[in-house]
Amino acid sequence: MDGKEERVQSAAAFKSYMLKNSTKSNLNLYDHLTRLLMKLMDEQPHNAVDVIEDMSSDVKRGLLEEMQSTVKDLPETTADVELAEQQRLLFTRPKDVDHEEELVETPLPNVSELSFYLEQAGVGLGRDEMQRIFLALKQLVESQPLLHCRLWGKILGTENSYIVAEAIVEGDDHSVDEPAEEEEREVDTQENEIDQLPQSTYKPPSVVPKEATGTGANKFVYYVCNEPGLPWVKLPSVSPAQITAARQIRKFFTGKLDTPIVSYPPFPGNEANYLRAQIARISAGTQVSPQGFYQVLEEEGDEEDEVSQSNYEPNPDFEGIPAAEMAESLSNWVHHVQHILLQGRCTWVNLAVKPGDESNEEGEADEKEEEPDEPEPEVGPPMFTPISQDAEMFNTPPWSLSLSSTLTSQHAVAVLRSNLWPGAYAYACGKKFDNIYIGWGLKYTGGGYTPPVLPLPQKEYPSVPEITEALDPSLEEEQALKEALEEQQAVREEMEATDEEEEEEDD
Amino acid sequence: MDSNSLYYSLELVAGSGHILTPEQRTALESSLVLLKKNYKFSRVLFWGKILGINGVYFIAQGRGEDEMKDKKNLYSLNCMDWFLLPPASDSMIEEVSKATKGRFIGDPSFVYEHQEIHRQGEGNEPVNEKAVITITEEKRLAVAVHQIDAEVSVVPRGAFIKSPRGLVQLNRSFGGLSEAEARKLDNFLHLRQSKNMKKKSVLDMGDWNPAMDYLDALSDDIPKGSWSLQFEFARKVCVLRSLLWLGLTFYHVPMTPQHGYIYIGDGTKNLDLPFML
Repeated sequence: MDGKEERVQSAAAFKSYMLKNSTKSNLNLYDHLTRLLMKLMDEQPHNAVDVIEDMSSDVKRGLLEEMQSTVKDLPETTADVELAEQQRLLFTRPKDVDHEEELVETPLPNVSELSFYLEQAGVGLGRDEMQRIFLALKQLVESQPLLHCRLWGKILGTENSYIVAEAIVEGDDHSVDEPAEEEEREVDTQENEIDQLPQSTYKPPSVVPKEATGTGANKFVYYVCNEPGLPWVKLPSVSPAQITAARQIRKFFTGKLDTPIVSYPPFPGNEANYLRAQIARISAGTQVSPQGFYQVLEEEGDEEDEVSQSNYEPNPDFEGIPAAEMAESLSNWVHHVQHILLQGRCTWVNLAVKPGDESNEEGEADEKEEEPDEPEPEVGPPMFTPISQDAEMFNTPPWSLSLSSTLTSQHAVAVLRSNLWPGAYAYACGKKFDNIYIGWGLKYTGGGYTPPVLPLPQKEYPSVPEITEALDPSLEEEQALKEALEEQQAVREEMEATDEEEEEEDD
Repeated sequence: MDSNSLYYSLELVAGSGHILTPEQRTALESSLVLLKKNYKFSRVLFWGKILGINGVYFIAQGRGEDEMKDKKNLYSLNCMDWFLLPPASDSMIEEVSKATKGRFIGDPSFVYEHQEIHRQGEGNEPVNEKAVITITEEKRLAVAVHQIDAEVSVVPRGAFIKSPRGLVQLNRSFGGLSEAEARKLDNFLHLRQSKNMKKKSVLDMGDWNPAMDYLDALSDDIPKGSWSLQFEFARKVCVLRSLLWLGLTFYHVPMTPQHGYIYIGDGTKNLDLPFML
């Protein structure tokens, strides 16, 4: 009996020894042998006694893997996953839209058609990207009350690109943004009361006023987004100062709308303004249509001075010009966007009008006759000038025409490429045409770009004789002057003496 | 880009705005295959398009055993008939840089003329010698293609390996760069004779592999910032665009061996780059 108890006790002691967790790996021998034997029972390998050591290490390794796999990786949101989630929204259909509403004329352009014709011309963004842009434009049209919408194109940037849509917003006509520059002048008047410091005679050149929304360079409103699916951002309207500055600088776009533009001459605004200014310049220079497609809208009660050519509408009698003819001569294409004058606007504004003479503002022609110093009004080429009259710059013709295909010229499309703004294309096929710009947003400058020279430093004060330095006269000069004065006096005294003698004689 | 992948890779570089019409694409697919057979190239690539004022040149490049040295360039005006371009020698490059200005015309036989006046002063009678340098547009094309390849060709790191004999060859086991690697400019290399403009310290060169790291990285290009790296096509494709030669686009789909570059532009270098950055 005692032997049995002893054996049981020693078995229990050995079992507890086997159950002790190892300090290194936190495993115990008892569990390990259990697992090993269970594995042997399951697998029943040949020559088990020869492979037992390997099986034992396999079991140990198997345990470790299990422990590791309980730590799960957090799924990282990579960039394409984020975008895919946003782009999923493009493909959803709002539930409460009736079928009838969709059949009515929408301002949504037919981008699929545009993409097809541009592909024939060798221009475009690829089918998938155009499809995504189509759906993004649909989103734009649904979210904003737009009268008219068009895909303007894409501007490439160094970190990101912009997709630009051109639109006319409902109810936004002829509103002018109030200038916020009047606040600065009030601060200066306080200083005058304290001390009479010399007044600066510098008058900054007066600012050319912005054009009202719906006219001239601000005829359309532009929306941009970085990728289709991301929200559209409205660009601010453009001012003439921004256009003149944009004409003198040459910068790449970065892709972020709030990047400051560091340049000389300093650009008044950030990248959003620079983008808008370049879009205005490109539109004015390269938006063309077949001749006769648009006609001028006739308005009643026009004033003679106002340019009423900014309104045009599609000509219902347009019969279409065959593509072969369009591809032959440049005179079949005309500009339909107003040219931007040197001043930075489409309609000229006379800045020299003095405030207070309100009665003279009506007759600009009268003023010209009275004061020949008035600046001459700038006049741009009239609307619908054929592009064959565009000036040649830097020894390159401004446009290149071609047919899209020489093999199947019966159904080919006429393609027009701009050499001044590389990336601007137009196509025409029968009654259909369109323009697009895909490029870096820069004009062709011929050889090289030279930044404008700094102006001369301003004179600080007017050169008046009282403050101009003069050399002090030397001793010889003073003596010579003294002798000359004495001579003169002596001569005068003699003259007086002879006069007196004569007077005495007369008496 | 490789002629085998032409039908899908053109979509991937379309973000720059230029694509080929279906007619041109199909014509290329046929004619490039014939070109490969006739000239016995091991690989033939569609290099790109150079847009002239009156016409467009299509350029193809054939590669022999060594991808860097055995290169032949060919041009065509209609994607079917190909003409061999002469290799660009140093004297040709010099002549072209003196004589040509402005854009390509589009006619390969157009001749550019440039008059140089040398003054040879001998005592009191300086003699003016006029030398007229004429150069055809074909040679200008050859020089332009050569310069673009030398300055802005791009390949991902690991795509081309140097064999023990010194030949640069395509790496068949290139699996592609990962997404994180594709965001760094030093994983992209120029496919040209290494110029070693920056001396690398031993720290940088520590884990370099002599079979893969014998080319210059893009991050050493002067000026810095002359490359634009973006993820396009719903952020799946890494697209590199050169700002020095506007029109060069390189694409790479991460984690796949698909990569290639194409030049579609007017063939002029952007010398105003330092002003524009």
